[in-house]
Amino acid sequence: MPKITIDGKTIEVAAGTTVIQAAEQVGVFIPRYCYHPGLSVAGNCRICLVDVEKAPKLQIACNTPVAEGMVVNTTSKKVTDGQQSVLEFLLANHPLDCPVCDQSGECDLQNFYMQYGRYDPRFEEQKNKKPKAVPIGPTVMLDAERCVLCSRCVRFTDEITKTGEFGIFNRGEKAEIGLYPGKTLDNDYSGNVVDICPVGALTDRDFRFKARVWYLSTAPSVCNGCSQGCNIDVHYVLDRPHLADGARVMRLKPRYNADVNQWWICDEGRYGFKSADQDRIEKISLKGAVAAWDIALTQIATAVTKLKAANQLSAMAVIPSAQLTIEDLYAVKKLTDQLPGVVCTAQVPPLPGKSDDLLMKADKNPNSAGVALLELDKTPASSIIEAAVSGQIKILWVIGQDLVKLFGEEKVKQLAQKVELFIYQGPNTNKTSSYAHVVLPASHYLEKDGTFINVQNRVQRIGKILPALGDSKADWQIVAALAAKLGLTAGWKSLPELFVAAAAEVKPLNGLTYEKIGQQGFTV
Amino acid sequence: MAIRKRELTFWEKLYLPQIFSGLKLTMKHFFVNLFIHMAHRLGLMKNSSAAVTIQYPEERRWLAPRLRTRHRLMLREEGTPRCVGCMMCETICPAKCITIVAGEHPDPNVEKYPTRFDIDLGKCVYCGYCVEACPEDAIRMDTQILDIAAYSRDAMKLDMHELLNPTLRKPLKECELKFPHKCAIHDGKITGSWDAVYGKGPKKSNQFESETPSH
Ligand code: SF4
Ligand code: SF4
Ligand code: SF4
Ligand code: SF4
Repeated sequence: MPKITIDGKTIEVAAGTTVIQAAEQVGVFIPRYCYHPGLSVAGNCRICLVDVEKAPKLQIACNTPVAEGMVVNTTSKKVTDGQQSVLEFLLANHPLDCPVCDQSGECDLQNFYMQYGRYDPRFEEQKNKKPKAVPIGPTVMLDAERCVLCSRCVRFTDEITKTGEFGIFNRGEKAEIGLYPGKTLDNDYSGNVVDICPVGALTDRDFRFKARVWYLSTAPSVCNGCSQGCNIDVHYVLDRPHLADGARVMRLKPRYNADVNQWWICDEGRYGFKSADQDRIEKISLKGAVAAWDIALTQIATAVTKLKAANQLSAMAVIPSAQLTIEDLYAVKKLTDQLPGVVCTAQVPPLPGKSDDLLMKADKNPNSAGVALLELDKTPASSIIEAAVSGQIKILWVIGQDLVKLFGEEKVKQLAQKVELFIYQGPNTNKTSSYAHVVLPASHYLEKDGTFINVQNRVQRIGKILPALGDSKADWQIVAALAAKLGLTAGWKSLPELFVAAAAEVKPLNGLTYEKIGQQGFTV
Repeated sequence: MAIRKRELTFWEKLYLPQIFSGLKLTMKHFFVNLFIHMAHRLGLMKNSSAAVTIQYPEERRWLAPRLRTRHRLMLREEGTPRCVGCMMCETICPAKCITIVAGEHPDPNVEKYPTRFDIDLGKCVYCGYCVEACPEDAIRMDTQILDIAAYSRDAMKLDMHELLNPTLRKPLKECELKFPHKCAIHDGKITGSWDAVYGKGPKKSNQFESETPSH
């Protein structure tokens, strides 16, 4: 393994490593536009110049493999002069419309100019004009003037999605980024080009003008769009309610996880955050009237106690969803275990969903593996629905499942008439909630902490990011409150305790804690 | 805060000496001013100034042009705001009294403009940072309007109509803005149309028609 010295720090790295990767390992940052760890090396932006001892001129760090005894300097006068010249060249034709540019604040041209540029501009000629504000697909807006021709987007669509929409056309100063004729950027991962574009040439049409990036707060979470469980950062604003009609979540960005999603997420997941602010159930509804938690839960508890007294608990069924966290599901399971006879199952017919080899999975639930682990997939829910339609079920408690989507509107209409107490608990309104007798507002998944288990059996923590909207409560809290009303013991008071209890009981999770899961997850 | 009152001295308690010392001061100013005004009439003592009374509000004092007064938003030639909705002023404002919502401008060289722009003068500290921060010279504080009092806190908030036209003040009767904006007169709904500014016809030759609202 070759030994290399970068800015006086010596490190031994694997053969074939490039200087930029070795520098990262010793904690020296080298600026880059075209280099991206997830893409092939292009070596065309020239900002990553470094001084290699005994080399006649500056070398690009992204495409120089390390050699035994190499001595690299990243801060010499020669290097800073080189970086300055490259920046001046890249900015010569740049429009500098930072005030209206959505990238402003997270732009590598701005950042690197402040860090490595700071030259006096010499370009006084007319700047080139290129197409501006061109929507090149449903999600992305192109501004060709702002492009630095790094070709990251080209390599992304060539190498990752293999759809090949992007190309660089013409030569010299007329060179321009664009789509091949007749193409639109509508692949399932199109939003990623916005993330990798180091400048404001490609911006997000959904996020466009909603907020300035320095207004955003960020917190790590996990996408709930499918069973892959891609790691994400949630960008949200809580103190400027005038933005985006009062929405709190502004956008989602992928968070690097080498084992799950690397640098990417799919568009379905990226734009799936709207449910946090739209169509939310904020109040408890008791036969159409707004009620308080205490009254609603007392009424449910009374009905359950009545069944219990009449020894008819088998006429009660609970259908939780694989959208819930391990903690929620475990709490429900514990509650129903203490009411012998009650059927509890999350096994519903699968809905058709898009899938591919990259990330997207057909199963659009983030916690199906958790459902299987807790053995909540034994009884098919369709049998419960049939029983309910034929009048054998008195209490039906649906948590986060849209029965109308799964079994058709007609069935749900019939069972709503037959069942004595039809409870819907969930964060958003849907057709099922409109038929329910009691609607309980549950927190959105961004408003509660907990864990999901993805398709690779990786336990990942989601983390509470937003305050709960309206009267909503986390599902496990609702279940715990109902258990208390029924006089049943829970044995845990807080969420970490609940998780520890679940981990102690479920074999593969034994000994797992939130600390152990961390931000990158833990495969069981 | 505790306020401690000073005990009056015996001399002050006598009352009349205080009255006369006050009258003495008044008379001194009266005669000095009378003297200087008369000297001005005779073309003398041009360098000394004498007190004058200004009949406010009919008469107004001269104000320095750089004095920071009520804000206004500048207009482009075609009557749309020069502001590009960059939110620099909203970001810098120490009183957090500026509220901006941005929208898509039909001209891709402008790109962005404010569909809503409010300044709450009840909170503004007249620091002028918003003017300093603006990269477009779109906001100025040079209207020389000082009488901004109102009967309610809500009326202290200037919206885009009042900012683009400093002669206006709530309650507004009709909306005269031609471009799409959130209109206080119409319940906060978007009113106005780019057609009224640029006329009808194709604006962009994009392969994708932009999905921005046009009213
Ligand atoms: S790409 Fe960067 S430098 Fe260029 S206009 Fe946008 S923010 Fe400014
Ligand atoms: S659009 Fe962005 S990612 Fe693509 S070449 Fe230009 S600067 Fe690079
Ligand atoms: S003058 Fe100061 S306080 Fe008033 S709006 Fe401008 S920045 Fe805000
Ligand atoms: S700084 Fe100027 S251009 Fe930017 S939003 Fe404020 S007034 Fe408009």
